Amino acid sequence: MNDMTPTSAERAAKLEGMGCKRKRVEDIRFVQGKGNYVDDLKLPGMLYGDFNRSPHAHARIKKIDTTKAAAVPGVVAVITAETLKTVNLAWMPTLAGDVQMVLADGKVLFQNQEVAFVIADSRDAAADGADLVEVEYEPLPVNVNPLKAMAQGAPMIREDLKDKTDGAHGKRKHYNHIFAWQAGDKAATDAAFAKADVTIRELIVYPRCHPCPLETCQCVASFDKIKGELTLWGTFQAPHVIRTVGSLISKIPEHKIHVIAPDIGGGFGNKVGAYPGYICSIVASIVTGVPVKWVEDRIENLSTTAFARDFHMDMEIAATKDGKVTAMRCYTIADHGAFDACANATKWPAGLFSIISGAYDFPTAHVLVDGVYTNKAPGGVAYRCSFRVTEAAYAIERAMDIMAQKLGMDPAEFRIKNLIRREQFPYTSAFGWQYDSGDYHTAMNKAMEAVNYKKLRAEQKAKREAFKRGETRELMGIGVVFFTEIVGAGPSRACDILGIAMFDSAEIRIHPTGSGICRLGTKSQGQGHETTYAQIIATELGLPADNIAVEEGNTDTAPYGLGTYGSRSTPVSGAATAMACRKIKAKAQMIAAYMLEVHDDDLEWDVDRFQVKGNPERFKTMTELAWAAYHEVPPGMEPGLEAINYYDPPNFTFPFGAYICVVDVDVDTGTTKVRRFYALDDCGTRINPMIIEGQIHGGLTEAFAIAMGQEIHYDDEGNVTTASFMDYFLPTAVETPHWETDWTTTPSPHHPIGAKGVGESPNVGGVPCFSNAVNDAFAFLGSTHIQMPHDHWRTWTAAEKLGLHA
Amino acid sequence: MAKSQVSMKVNGKTIEALVEPRMLLIHFLRDQQNITGPHIGCETSHCGACTVDLDGKSVKSCTVFAVQANGSDIRTIEGMANADGTLHALQEGFREMHGLQCGFCTPGMIVRAYRLLQENKSPSEEEIRMGISGNLCRCTGYQNIVKAIQFAAAKLNGVPFQEAAE
Repeated sequence: MNDMTPTSAERAAKLEGMGCKRKRVEDIRFVQGKGNYVDDLKLPGMLYGDFNRSPHAHARIKKIDTTKAAAVPGVVAVITAETLKTVNLAWMPTLAGDVQMVLADGKVLFQNQEVAFVIADSRDAAADGADLVEVEYEPLPVNVNPLKAMAQGAPMIREDLKDKTDGAHGKRKHYNHIFAWQAGDKAATDAAFAKADVTIRELIVYPRCHPCPLETCQCVASFDKIKGELTLWGTFQAPHVIRTVGSLISKIPEHKIHVIAPDIGGGFGNKVGAYPGYICSIVASIVTGVPVKWVEDRIENLSTTAFARDFHMDMEIAATKDGKVTAMRCYTIADHGAFDACANATKWPAGLFSIISGAYDFPTAHVLVDGVYTNKAPGGVAYRCSFRVTEAAYAIERAMDIMAQKLGMDPAEFRIKNLIRREQFPYTSAFGWQYDSGDYHTAMNKAMEAVNYKKLRAEQKAKREAFKRGETRELMGIGVVFFTEIVGAGPSRACDILGIAMFDSAEIRIHPTGSGICRLGTKSQGQGHETTYAQIIATELGLPADNIAVEEGNTDTAPYGLGTYGSRSTPVSGAATAMACRKIKAKAQMIAAYMLEVHDDDLEWDVDRFQVKGNPERFKTMTELAWAAYHEVPPGMEPGLEAINYYDPPNFTFPFGAYICVVDVDVDTGTTKVRRFYALDDCGTRINPMIIEGQIHGGLTEAFAIAMGQEIHYDDEGNVTTASFMDYFLPTAVETPHWETDWTTTPSPHHPIGAKGVGESPNVGGVPCFSNAVNDAFAFLGSTHIQMPHDHWRTWTAAEKLGLHA
Repeated sequence: MAKSQVSMKVNGKTIEALVEPRMLLIHFLRDQQNITGPHIGCETSHCGACTVDLDGKSVKSCTVFAVQANGSDIRTIEGMANADGTLHALQEGFREMHGLQCGFCTPGMIVRAYRLLQENKSPSEEEIRMGISGNLCRCTGYQNIVKAIQFAAAKLNGVPFQEAAE
């Protein structure tokens, strides 16, 4: 078989490994309508569940009457908290160490809270039944303002915790207090502020929003009474976590629970948690003995499962008068709604918020976060960002602009002066994070050159003069952002979920003919894992990517993993994949040495083969070695060619980027037009540039939505006023700007292939960039900070307050 | 509830069925006929994931009753491929240009783009953006969807596709 072969480069190109813009494998089924999503599943005898929900944000339940609901033709059963109590499931533990009502028990704490679950033989009958559940309420005072949650006499949200003095993270300060968490050095920071030349302080609000994937949360639960086994199909970003939590809650042994996450129609953090709909479906299937499907509608999705943000940040920076930052501090109130169902690593109630010193060389810093209960939906997920990283990036990037303005410096120049320098890496931040690698100045300079930053500022200056002369009613704004992220949770010493270390896994089996399958603990929701993991294997093992199947989402077959969120798939499972490949390669090398009758050390790897050093005509390809592994292994060696790796990362990874945005604001209408958006990302080694670019386009579009219009808003009575696509902003192709993407490559030194993760960077960097641009438009008029979202009304109001309509 | 008889052609095949008058066309297609390509993203006719082609028009099938579709000719994503089984130029374009990620909006998006190209064989970028503005996508940011449709238009018109410079 050792015939004449193409050059190394030609052979490498055929593998479609790392760096290749490989077309996606999963698209073949998706473009033909043959995806396999949860709601596509239909099982014999399957029933449908639907919720009766609370119209009140806070009320005592006097009585629930299910008679009329039960009488609806097709309705099989109606479940309430009383039913759930018989199986001890009226409440469930949350990922954050709190408990949450599955169905309202005694009172409701937020609008649209789940009150009763109606099971029927059709969707419509279930909905009819849910409408006819009669609930008598006694309304209670409502609080939806987190800044008033700890006031004296504020409505007590959680009567069940009345006597609890300790929260999950220490003493509670008030009956609506959840946790206090701090990081950094308070004394040193206060001292630095006391002697600072210049300080700024601003209340920066990151409003409540929602990840809103196009497919809502849904599941099918099927309990087999004979075997005592539960199969649960669902929209799960973390299937194994759902299995473990499901077992702990239901007491069904974990090996008798089969969790399957089929194709998922977008997640963005919405599909990490465990929701009452899942628990009710499981109970309903146990009660009825047949499969039960639950599909959330859009209003339920926006108003009940997994909000994000709602961080109220009192942000301060201190600097010398020549523009060197000396300290930062931030006091934050975090609104977690009625139950603390925040999806964070357990030890981190405010997530990785202490990345808030950003890309800058702060000598000292301090943050304190208080979590509070309000009459709003529970959640607090990372909407396309690592835990609370986008909140941190927003605060620091807004504050840097405000400080530059006070110093009279250009925002880009001020950043350059304070960016961590290349020679400082690995860099330990004031909060103790060790940033793995970075070349910030190169990235920043490249971005400024690409957009001709100087020329833009000159144009802005001229336009401002023209505005003052009354020749135009348009203001030009330039948004500059330099962000650093912390992703790839995470090292077991720092991260766990309910005690389970946040490693991840890959199991690879190479078949005799040189094809193979890789199974992982992560779960794609559109990221293209079936395509990209195969590319890592192609490069590592020298087998064509097309010959590698990638499988995720089945807890029976996949090795245990913590799932996909927080840009952790590539940093953690991508590393596991490479490490499993290296085990396979080491075995293949021994087989090759045996076959070629040389010592292991006399072989070298070349693209897809082991060849004898100095004699490259003598080689064995990986395909040949795969066959040999099942045919003629060396004496004493186990046959077969497979490996598994559980990767516990030594550190997080720290992707970064420089973004610049240009907007034109019409002061009379409040309309903001995005003229240009340039995004330079550095995610370390790039596995598939096409997919990276696609992720950046999508993340920037979500950032645009958040900055310019998205908000989950409540009125004073606790009515959620933005729970449909009429009110919750999702940009169409018409509003969405054109995106320019660019990159630098600074590999992670601790990751086996140097990759850092990218999916969330555009959201983390994008939101402050739009916001800085809009704020920059008004900055020369003395305005320091206009709150998001920058919709027409808010922007017009800002112009009005500045007297621009006189 | 009394049921009504409906008859319609779906992807070239005649379907006869009994439906409740209140049954939505999307539920009829998905739950009763197992045509699960069109998806449900909102049920309020905003997102367009349920878009089908009905008598030569793009229609959001969550906002049409099955009984209203009586006698109509419907095409869904399942009926998009060419007669010889090869992919339609739009299906090919979406893959070539990376015009999809999670795939949930894709069936509606492609069916909508099909009608757009029937009405306008060489749409400009602006016309494409306006033409698909009834279909939401949460993953792609639309830029590559626009390219996918341009790719398909070029292929259907028999001219080489030229990607616009970034």
